Amino acid sequence: MSRAVTRRRRQRALRIAVLGVVGVFLAYPLYALFEFSIRFPLTGAYSVDAWTRLFGAGDGARLQPLYTGLVNSLLIAVLTLSLMFALLLPTMVWVRLRLPRLNRVVEFLCLLPLTLPAIVLVVGLVPVYRFIATRLLDTHAVWLSFAYVVLVLPFAYRALDAGLSAIDVRTLVAAARSLGASWPTVVARVLLPNLRGAVASAAFISIAVVLGEFTIARMLARENLQTGVMLVNQAAPQVAAAVSLLTLLFGIALLVGLSYITNRAHRRPRRRDS
Amino acid sequence: MSTVVAGVATPTRRVARTARDAAVTLPFFGYLAVFLLLPTLIVVVGAFRSRDGGFTLDGVARLVTPATAQIFLTTALVSAASAIAGAVVGGVAAYALSTVPLTSPLRRIYTAVSSVLAQFGGVMLAFAFISVLGKNGHLTRLLAGAFGVAVPGDLLTSVPGLILVYCYFQVPLMIIVFLPAVDGLRQEWRDATENLGGSTWTFWSRVAGPILLPSFLGSFLLLFANAFSAYATAAALISQRTIIVPMAIEGAIRNENDTGMDAYAQALAAGMIVVVGLVMAGYAALQRRAGRWTR
Repeated sequence: MSRAVTRRRRQRALRIAVLGVVGVFLAYPLYALFEFSIRFPLTGAYSVDAWTRLFGAGDGARLQPLYTGLVNSLLIAVLTLSLMFALLLPTMVWVRLRLPRLNRVVEFLCLLPLTLPAIVLVVGLVPVYRFIATRLLDTHAVWLSFAYVVLVLPFAYRALDAGLSAIDVRTLVAAARSLGASWPTVVARVLLPNLRGAVASAAFISIAVVLGEFTIARMLARENLQTGVMLVNQAAPQVAAAVSLLTLLFGIALLVGLSYITNRAHRRPRRRDS
Repeated sequence: MSTVVAGVATPTRRVARTARDAAVTLPFFGYLAVFLLLPTLIVVVGAFRSRDGGFTLDGVARLVTPATAQIFLTTALVSAASAIAGAVVGGVAAYALSTVPLTSPLRRIYTAVSSVLAQFGGVMLAFAFISVLGKNGHLTRLLAGAFGVAVPGDLLTSVPGLILVYCYFQVPLMIIVFLPAVDGLRQEWRDATENLGGSTWTFWSRVAGPILLPSFLGSFLLLFANAFSAYATAAALISQRTIIVPMAIEGAIRNENDTGMDAYAQALAAGMIVVVGLVMAGYAALQRRAGRWTR
């Protein structure tokens, strides 16, 4: 018995050690990024100059691409989320209710972007965007949203699919409809409140995707946060390091928040089973 | 009487209803047709189309030139090396993480950090590594100061350097995709092995190993495809040379002197679709095999 206990303890120590080593491996570059942002390369002196410059103390001209990129990325995130929810949510609900045979098709299409590298997608998007820019709209970066909806589709689909599977959509809709609710009311006042967790997950992960996207913006020569950071890196590498760190930390915070939402959402149906 | 009415009216009404039901999904399918299927079609068709619209194998012919083949080989090498390292290290870490309770903050932060680094890092990862191993990097100074080891100045723009940086998103990706598989390992299996007199080695080689193998190989393929498709990190690190396929595509798209380059970009992209498509098909097959035990 005591041998088993010692072995358990040794295994536990081993696991903690593994997590520690890998954790340091993953966190070290983040620390280096921070150190880089406050250290002058030539003298080795430390100062928070890059951070004060970032938050508006002069140097506006040199950091202009960064601010433009940030504003564009935020606009893109808003438009991408609206488009994604408007397209995906009604379709997924409708397919579940009326066209269950299409379920596999919708799933396949939504997960397809995972197997299609962004760099490949953009080759095909070049002519599409040429048409959009010359005939329909203009070259503003915000129209990148059209492509980003496709990029966030797999992540959003999985989040919403998990949410819809956890509730009885058919019964909820039938109950609401038989009490005289219109379709918009059904979605807004019956389904959405039950899908709050799934919708939040889909939104969080989509925001993380949009803020980190670089490939498509660069190839289509539009300015977003990442291309802005890239440009600023040449003139002010320390500021670029500070922004990179902030963006990574923001993404991590989003996903930690997401894990609290989804774990709660997952536990609910399980409790009902047992 | 009602049966007669139903017999007459239902077929047309059913058709009308099916049509109306299908119409609701039109925006979704229409959107994907324009922004997902059309671009894919442009790439695939464009690879075989000459400038005046006829059929040609010129683009494909350029794919099999030694220079292009070399780029594909280097990309495959970088992908395979970083995928092996990522699968082994990330696999062990995923197992260690699976023993931590699902709701503990350690696990939440670990998975959050992993998925950010694995999927949304890109350019920022490149900067992070410049601050680690660049000319003024933290580790560069540490190694020079403590051990007198000089980090080569071009490390981050070389193939080994690229593999190293890629590991930094491969390890976390492995943690995310392999975690569900190791989470599926049941304590009962371990207890059963012990009751039957098996050692820890027996458990891993005869029970857990065979169960996890399909997931492990599948995750390895996913990592390979992921590295093969990656562009942002390499683009931020290397600006002068073309080492991997996505950079060759960028060069071809941006080249405005030679209009034939569009076809070359499409041929390169089609080549990538073939490679990534095959790898992902293998991944899907292995996932199905793995699904037997993780249910």
